[in-house]
Amino acid sequence: MAENNAKSMSIIVTKGSLDWAYPPMILGTTAAAMGVDVSMFFTFYGLPLLKKKLDLKLTTLGNPAMEMPMAGGHMSMPNIFAALPGATAGATIMMKNMMKKKGVASIEELRELAVEADIELIACQMTMDLFEYSLDDMIDGITLGGAATYMERALKSDINLFI
Amino acid sequence: MDANATLDAQGLNCPLPILKAKKELKALETGNVLEILATDPGSIADFEAFCRTTGNELLSSNEENGIYTFYIKKN
Repeated sequence: MAENNAKSMSIIVTKGSLDWAYPPMILGTTAAAMGVDVSMFFTFYGLPLLKKKLDLKLTTLGNPAMEMPMAGGHMSMPNIFAALPGATAGATIMMKNMMKKKGVASIEELRELAVEADIELIACQMTMDLFEYSLDDMIDGITLGGAATYMERALKSDINLFI
Repeated sequence: MDANATLDAQGLNCPLPILKAKKELKALETGNVLEILATDPGSIADFEAFCRTTGNELLSSNEENGIYTFYIKKN
């Protein structure tokens, strides 16, 4: 947490696939770098982003807007192929390689920077109970909280995002 | 221009040049100058916005052969 007169932002993180993990992690870390106090509330499928070992997968099925650059053009994956065994794993590897080549940070790297920047990482207690996660499954330095914990942060924040 | 430190952010994409610059600036004394080399075209607008918001001073912003050079004075 930075100085008291700093601007503040809260983000509700509800999605934990590789592609959906980027917007909250990029905005959270960048805001912190610009002197903003940031709280991130990880709930439902966003909660696994706090697990010690990340193994994020791309949203391949039912995602017609995902167009991969290919042979000078762009190709999206028809659902019938995306549903085949190995399609998600294959597309995830392709995406991670492409990101590395283009100098895009990994989610692991952004998360490390978030911890370093003192971003408050709040794990939703209800989701922890629902999906039977324990604190041992999660990285160090997170806090536990519920809807009221989030609301307290949101009410005094300049920016509140739901992603 | 003389800089107290240089950050080579070439090949890195948004938001890494900003995040790494912030870390470098943190280690510098007030009044010191950080030189940043980047290849991300988005970094022109982003370093301007970063400096306006954080109160650090963007002394210069140049492009040559696809390499962007920024000088930021820590305030």
